[in-house]
Amino acid sequence: MASSSQPERKIRVLLAKPGLDGHDRGIKVVAATLRDAGMEVIYAGLRQTPKMIVNAAIQEDVDAIGLSVLSGAHMVLFTETLKLMKEMGCEHILLFGGGIIPDEDVEKLKAAGVGELFLPGTPSEAYVRYIEEEVAKRRRDAHP
Amino acid sequence: MADMSRHEGEVSRAQGTAATEEDVWSRYTTSVSRWQQRVKTSPRRPGNETTTNLSGLETDLLGLPDPNDLSEQGLERYLDQLGLPGEYPFTRGVQSNMYRGKLWTMRMFAGFGTPEDTNRRFKYLLEKGQTGLSTAFDMPTLMGYDSDSDWSLGEVGKCGVAISSLEDMERLFDGIPLDRVSTSMTINSPASILLAFYISVAEKQGVPSHKLRGTLQNDILKEYIAQKEYIFPPRESVRLITDLIEYCTEHLPLWNTISISGYHIREAGSTAVQELAFTLADGFAYIEACLERGLDIDAFAPRLSLFFNAHSNFFEEIAKYRAARRIWARRLRERYGAKSPRSWLMKFHTQTAGCSLTAQQPENNIVRTALQALSAVLGGTQSLHTNSMDETLALPTEKAVKIALRTQQIIAHESGVPHTIDPLGGSYFVEALTDRMEEEAEKYFEKIEELGGVIPAIEQGFFQKEIAAAAYRYQLEVEQKRRIVVGVNEYVEEETEPIEILKIPEEVEIKQRERIRALRARRDNAAVRKALDGLRRAARDGTNTMPHFIECSRCYATLQEQMDVLREEFGEYRETYAF
Repeated sequence: MASSSQPERKIRVLLAKPGLDGHDRGIKVVAATLRDAGMEVIYAGLRQTPKMIVNAAIQEDVDAIGLSVLSGAHMVLFTETLKLMKEMGCEHILLFGGGIIPDEDVEKLKAAGVGELFLPGTPSEAYVRYIEEEVAKRRRDAHP
Repeated sequence: MADMSRHEGEVSRAQGTAATEEDVWSRYTTSVSRWQQRVKTSPRRPGNETTTNLSGLETDLLGLPDPNDLSEQGLERYLDQLGLPGEYPFTRGVQSNMYRGKLWTMRMFAGFGTPEDTNRRFKYLLEKGQTGLSTAFDMPTLMGYDSDSDWSLGEVGKCGVAISSLEDMERLFDGIPLDRVSTSMTINSPASILLAFYISVAEKQGVPSHKLRGTLQNDILKEYIAQKEYIFPPRESVRLITDLIEYCTEHLPLWNTISISGYHIREAGSTAVQELAFTLADGFAYIEACLERGLDIDAFAPRLSLFFNAHSNFFEEIAKYRAARRIWARRLRERYGAKSPRSWLMKFHTQTAGCSLTAQQPENNIVRTALQALSAVLGGTQSLHTNSMDETLALPTEKAVKIALRTQQIIAHESGVPHTIDPLGGSYFVEALTDRMEEEAEKYFEKIEELGGVIPAIEQGFFQKEIAAAAYRYQLEVEQKRRIVVGVNEYVEEETEPIEILKIPEEVEIKQRERIRALRARRDNAAVRKALDGLRRAARDGTNTMPHFIECSRCYATLQEQMDVLREEFGEYRETYAF
């Protein structure tokens, strides 16, 4: 960990809606929640392609990417995002998300390398804590 | 009428009193008699169903105040604020005998997969007793992309039916005679094109446009505010809507040109007051656009319809619908100068609240939907969709959607509720709440006007910020257990028994992609280019775009081809995000 004289860098999270789905109630609530939990939130908005998202993540030097998909297109969108993250060398970034995703697809995506997927009814402390713990773990792994 | 004689006797007894009271008394008795006359000549539901209750007593058609119980002011207030059903200000209902004349339309929103899949689901629902069609399109269609666009990857047929061309539309309505059904289509930015497809399918069936009955959602303002399926900037979009209203006023007199929607505003997280205010404000903005075009209000207003949410707070929803009718009637008559009662009356469709359903213990959603549906009926809706229990997980299975439809049928035939018009009218609580909702809405109307109107308010992010704040507040209430959601923050179960959900196979996307490519190769591409050029010219010179959409559709120009012309001419709207 960084020495105690250095302030811990705030967790930076990029939130985005890939594909055509425009239902942004959930992602905006997540954005406000993460901001109120002390994180820096960049909300890229709607109709983002996986490429736009990964580019923005690199540019903004984020710790985590959160994607929201309610349209049923989650397999294509998460998979493509993961692929681009590998290609562009940012696998250290946590990819997580939420939306309407059947359990069997959650399993498939997690097996492929996606982090937690938070489904309807999830209380905010679940994802806030998850992001804090995961990012801390990744930072430790990057600077052992 | 047996149930009216009691009132008549009381009124005539009261008539012997002071001169000023007599004016109000006469107004009241005249209104009541007028209503009774209208009831006599109103339609009756076919069939044998009795209107006696389970004690064998005849159910009152309408509860009215005993005039002896009211002061002159009280009676005055009754007439001004409530009136009689089927009469200005329509607070108590837009038809004189409401559901005794005709039940609300049971209109289940449906669509998924290929056009054939949805055609099957349409027929299933009609067979199970629904009385109107309602079409859900997939994201590519909603956003004006063909099934083979890069934007459509993974999205085809997933949240609605994939329609890229007239050919798909023909498959969708195969075996469904368009002169014998009414069809609602939930489509916004490309609404004119889907209507053009529908008109063309009807043509091929030999059904002339003037016989077509249905509704187009076609409400772009709420897209910027809530649903986010906008494409072009606001003023150009409103122009397209005005073109459509102008065209339909002449050629499709039975078609509801727009479904001014609050449903999505509510789903995005707004409060009931915001839903009420923002929806009506949008409606007024469309009216003003049409008046600016020079259209006659009494020609187009009767075909404007609205669409509200039925959320969980039972009485709040009922008060909301009643306040909406009153506000609409007053504005149409007082501010917009409409002369025809058909312009004053507000007709609406209702959908039970999707955002209130839980993924946890999904069978509980059957109960939520039932209560919400009941509030819509008590609120006097003309048309109703009830959600299925599995809709937080996927699109509805046949089993789930049947239960949702049966919910409406049970309310209609077993509850006795439809036998009385506005049964909660006169309740101290409901009337006070109705008044309060109206007052709160008026405060929003003032605020919107201060900002310069709906479009400027959209550009300033006013609605979006209000909604996001309300959504966040609601979530905090749930997290802090100040608002209990059964199964989510109370009565939580650890185990979940998975229920069967609808899956859309990947073959759908493959098939629809192949079809649209084959169509493009097969058709007369010169004719398509010519038609698209016509559309482009109209987009530029301001002539009505509808005939061009119809011409394009006839030539089998695809949805995206037509939308791309407009994207080039109008540009694409860029939102400034705030949370």
